[in-house]
Amino acid sequence: MWDHEIRAMASTNAIIVASMFMATVIPAVLVPDFSVYGTHLLWLYSVSGTVTAVSVAVFWLLGITPPTKKHTLGYKLSRLFRSCLYFFLSCLFFHTVVVLYGAPLIESALETFSLAVLLTSLTTLRCLCVLGPNVQAWIRVFSRHGAMSVWDTCLQITVACTVVGAWVGAFPIPLDWDRPWQVWPVSCSLGAMIGFLTGLVAAPAWIHYHRKQLTYKCK
Amino acid sequence: MKALRVLFLLLWMCAVYFVGIYLFMSGFLLVRLEVNRTSTCRDVLQPGQEPVDFCRVQPRFRRAVLLIIDALKIDFARFDPNNTAPRPHENKLPVLQETVSSQPSHSRLYPFRADPPTTTMQRIKGFTTGSLPTFVDVGNNFASSAILEDNLIHQFGQEKRVVFMGDDTWENLFPKKFYRSLPFPSFNVKDLHTVDNGILQHLYTTVGDDWDVLVAHFLGVDHCGHRFGPDHPAMADKLTQMDGVISVIGHLQNDTLLVVMGDHGMTDTGDHGGESQKETDAAVFLYSPAPLFPGPPSQNEPDVVPQTDLVPTLALLLGVPIPYSSVGQVLLPLFPPHGQTEGAVGGLSQMEALWINAKQVNRFLETYSSMAKDIPPESLSQLKDEFSRLSSDYLMTLREGRPPSPELAASLQAYLTSVRDTCQATWARFNPLKMAAGLAILALACLMCFILSELSCVLIRENGPRLKAPVVAALTVGVCVAVGQLLTQAYIELAWCLAAAAFSSELLFLWRACQSRKSAAAKNGTKAPKYANWLTPRHLLGPSLLVPLLRCASLLSDSYVIAEGRVVTFLVFSLALYIPIHLNWDSLLLPPSHDPLKSAGLLPSPALSPLTVRKESSTLLACLGLLIGSLYLSLFFHGCREEQGSCQPSPFLSPLSRVQDSQLKNLNYILAVVSLGLWTYMVRCCLRHYGNLNSSGGTVFTARWILPLLSVCLCLHWAVSATSEDSFRNLAELISLAQLALPRAAFCLLGLGLFLIWLDPVTVFVKARTGASARALSLPPPRYRASTGISPQAELHHLIPQIYQRMRLSLDDGELSGGHEEDSRPAVEAYGLGTVYSAPLLLFCGLLGIGLQLLHPEGMALSFLLLLLEMGALLHIHASSITLHNLHGTFSGFNVPWTPVVLWSLAATQFFHATGHLPTFPSIQWGAAFVGFPGGHTGTVLPASLVTLNTFGAHILFAGCPLLLFWPLVCEVRGSRGGKAFGEEGEDAVMEMRLRESPQQFSSSLLQLSTRYLFIHGAQVFASVCAAAILRRHLMVWKVFAPLMFESSGFLVSSVFLMIGVTLVLRVDVAVGHWFKRLIPDASR
Repeated sequence: MWDHEIRAMASTNAIIVASMFMATVIPAVLVPDFSVYGTHLLWLYSVSGTVTAVSVAVFWLLGITPPTKKHTLGYKLSRLFRSCLYFFLSCLFFHTVVVLYGAPLIESALETFSLAVLLTSLTTLRCLCVLGPNVQAWIRVFSRHGAMSVWDTCLQITVACTVVGAWVGAFPIPLDWDRPWQVWPVSCSLGAMIGFLTGLVAAPAWIHYHRKQLTYKCK
Repeated sequence: MKALRVLFLLLWMCAVYFVGIYLFMSGFLLVRLEVNRTSTCRDVLQPGQEPVDFCRVQPRFRRAVLLIIDALKIDFARFDPNNTAPRPHENKLPVLQETVSSQPSHSRLYPFRADPPTTTMQRIKGFTTGSLPTFVDVGNNFASSAILEDNLIHQFGQEKRVVFMGDDTWENLFPKKFYRSLPFPSFNVKDLHTVDNGILQHLYTTVGDDWDVLVAHFLGVDHCGHRFGPDHPAMADKLTQMDGVISVIGHLQNDTLLVVMGDHGMTDTGDHGGESQKETDAAVFLYSPAPLFPGPPSQNEPDVVPQTDLVPTLALLLGVPIPYSSVGQVLLPLFPPHGQTEGAVGGLSQMEALWINAKQVNRFLETYSSMAKDIPPESLSQLKDEFSRLSSDYLMTLREGRPPSPELAASLQAYLTSVRDTCQATWARFNPLKMAAGLAILALACLMCFILSELSCVLIRENGPRLKAPVVAALTVGVCVAVGQLLTQAYIELAWCLAAAAFSSELLFLWRACQSRKSAAAKNGTKAPKYANWLTPRHLLGPSLLVPLLRCASLLSDSYVIAEGRVVTFLVFSLALYIPIHLNWDSLLLPPSHDPLKSAGLLPSPALSPLTVRKESSTLLACLGLLIGSLYLSLFFHGCREEQGSCQPSPFLSPLSRVQDSQLKNLNYILAVVSLGLWTYMVRCCLRHYGNLNSSGGTVFTARWILPLLSVCLCLHWAVSATSEDSFRNLAELISLAQLALPRAAFCLLGLGLFLIWLDPVTVFVKARTGASARALSLPPPRYRASTGISPQAELHHLIPQIYQRMRLSLDDGELSGGHEEDSRPAVEAYGLGTVYSAPLLLFCGLLGIGLQLLHPEGMALSFLLLLLEMGALLHIHASSITLHNLHGTFSGFNVPWTPVVLWSLAATQFFHATGHLPTFPSIQWGAAFVGFPGGHTGTVLPASLVTLNTFGAHILFAGCPLLLFWPLVCEVRGSRGGKAFGEEGEDAVMEMRLRESPQQFSSSLLQLSTRYLFIHGAQVFASVCAAAILRRHLMVWKVFAPLMFESSGFLVSSVFLMIGVTLVLRVDVAVGHWFKRLIPDASR
């Protein structure tokens, strides 16, 4: 069962990685003058949109999302609505945090918000997919004994990697190298992306090597 | 005595740090005293002679053009016709060589050797004062970068019209000295053309105009070197441009001298600042339409001309006095030999020039050696003897009327050279050995501080001669080295004795620490892992130590140094966010009540009510919000470095008197007053809340009267200093009196308050229970008169009943034997005993804070309020996280973990920036020196200390870090009380009295906390020292790496105030001990 789950996770992650790759390549073919630095926001939207779509599709197909208690349409709709609300709130949250970290408040608000959208689609969206719109569960997952399944552990790893990546991405901004990727928010979004990809690759590997130590209470 | 041991350990630690810093600084920054005298025409150089030396003869030249081409290396100026494939920087200045070969008696090209440090500003100082500048020239005017020493520009300016154009450094160095000046900004290294084109626009039109001395400083070559290096086509273009300039300028009148020179060279990568020959060897080209030299280059031409030599040469050629502190030597080839003066236009002969020069140098040497003692005495006396011998020889020759012998000239030259060499050896050299020794000592000190903080409990517990041995070793080694030096060199060099002492004591300490670890491991196997785990990478790379590591690493890059304020805020913010995340990771943030699998028996269930946990967590999160808010707001108080192009300095930084709009002025004033009022109110409120305002001691007096009075004084002072002078003309006298009196009164009040706190720090109000019965303790307390203005309900809350039985038993158990006696004693209640340690410290910080606001611009009061809020938030976050840990049953003594200490010490740096300071010299707020002294000062000690207090205000306030130790105990009452009946939990609310119950733990955690704090600051000093050592050849070593100075003085101030804080705590401890001793006989009567 373990190997099966890990394999499933690895293939899911591979699909997401591949989709992110495609989200970079396809616009480069289709859109004239597309480049990661030059038309950064476009690239950001393309990647976050793709990640959102692919994650939702994959997790829904695999049935990872916690089963709904009621099967009425109204309940499902309210769940969907709450998910969208949480998504938006999380964008605002990330935006606030990034501004507090020192991003310009008014000048490049669009860039900052795009970064927030990217971070949300890389972290909160996964939480939504794995745990459903349940903040209590989200908080619970990020504790030492909070993971209830392989997917939870994977979630921990990817979210931590993404956030740390975005954090590290802020380091080169003050340097006087005058490179195109030092422009706000390129380095942070690149950092978040690289962190996310690392997390996606590292999570199955880490779980595979630590499968002896990992014991979950509910499964 | 344990307390004394803590103090001595800290003192020793600080001393070792200081020795390291001192050693590095003495290798890195060589200090020279500025001789603040100027030469005049009427000077008598040798006693008993006529004042005929400087301006006796008709000068040879009336006018001079000084073209300074920054970084004109000698290689650039040479021309090699055989070189068929020249590199971009070669053979680009053919005009120099052509002139030299076609008009040999009109021109010369010499290598022009600069003295390190080869940075432009130091060089300009060098070739105008004729002295050897060091990094720090201690002068009388500490408020500006202007050169106050006697210099060529000053001398020229006395009777000539000096016109300047080019690098704006000159304008800063010689303000108001120029007849006309056209400065251009020099900082942007990437800009190759602004300065040069600006000069060229005006140069040719100016040449015909009215001027006597024309100085033009071109920067393009230097900037091109920095940007592209010498081997780049851009350099070829730039040099070709310069070639054109020189050939045009060369068409001068007969009475004009042209000097083309570089101020320093450059390395193969285009940088400069160091002492390699490539950096020091610039070029100097001298030309005049009139014959300048007696003939073509002969054998006795100098190979290399030191930069200082230009000063006396130019001075004598143009007929102005040689600047007072010049140690240069005249360039002999420019003066006619003896007996040929008649043919020339005028001027001095070689011998006369040399003689005037020698007398002037001797005069300087005498003045300098009477002021400073850094020239070795034996070389000084040797030089003096040499001069008196030469002097008598020369005078004899003169009297006998025979032509002076060439030997005399040679020995005069030798004398001048040896004076210069002596000065150079004393002033202008990095001392790599001292720098390395300083680095090693600092590194070991950091390591030692870390080990000390981890082993503090062992150190305090063991009664070995732990400190005595290193100190004794230090003393012996130091004395031995001193004696050795006396025997071999006949004088003592203090730095090396100190270095040897510090080094030996460090090594001994480390060795003993190693031993004790081994022995501890051998003694009991169970404890071994506890000592071992502090060096594992997991422990070291945890976020709480990673953040200071990042901070240290950021000091190594100039970009991060420029953005330091934001970098530190970023790091503090990150670490603050880490706290709740980490707590959540340990599942401490939320009550684990709905966790079905966790067996309730494992946890100490009574303490773990979900309500309490939730309450603590929400306190923590609220305080985190407060912390983040004040962090973010503090960003609006930053000043701007000149490197940050688009930055606007905070509007709060300018004093109110400069604000023009009166409405804005009023608004700002009100804001400042409100925040000051809030500051005072919050400090008082906190004291009152914990019942520390009830007794009648000195501290309470301070808190009740002096604190508000001080803030009133401050408000009045602000109001007075903000009034514009012309608005109240008839009150002008009153205003000037108030400007003098109010701040001085505030200083006095502050001093009085601090003294009173020191004198009587105990803030406990004792109330013996009237009619105490045997069951006094179990009864609800009687209601007291609300004499202190506290409502009965609040009184319940403020009342910290102390269980004296416990105290008594620990204090004098001989007297008390039976438990039944306890009940018969009258029970005593004490207000404010629970915060007896923290209250004086808090008041101390509060008072000092108001005092420091006095020295800042009014707008900074807001920033200080933020500081207080952030301090409170940090304390509460720390207290809450400790309480959360305790609630979950992981009690860890009084130890303060790394995270809050790191936050606390980074906050000091953060508020250094948020109070408008920057680690650059121009940004020092010199206005602070004139608060209360509007007429200026006579000495330098008082203004220097005022400016230090102003600059390191944040460091001073955050040095009250023992508060971190007390606050969890202070907040204990909130956690454990939660709604219980008052009488029942008397046992719990011991608060800071816990510290008295286990004095050993108290001492060890105090030591640990202080060493941790010292470690963070010490590591920053070490990093900035490393940066300075590694990057000493960096382009802007002085502008960007002034952090070294600020970091180390910040460390100095923090450690001094930390010691004061710790001493205050220990003083309180002693006072509380006395108080108990006095109380108990009272109570037993």
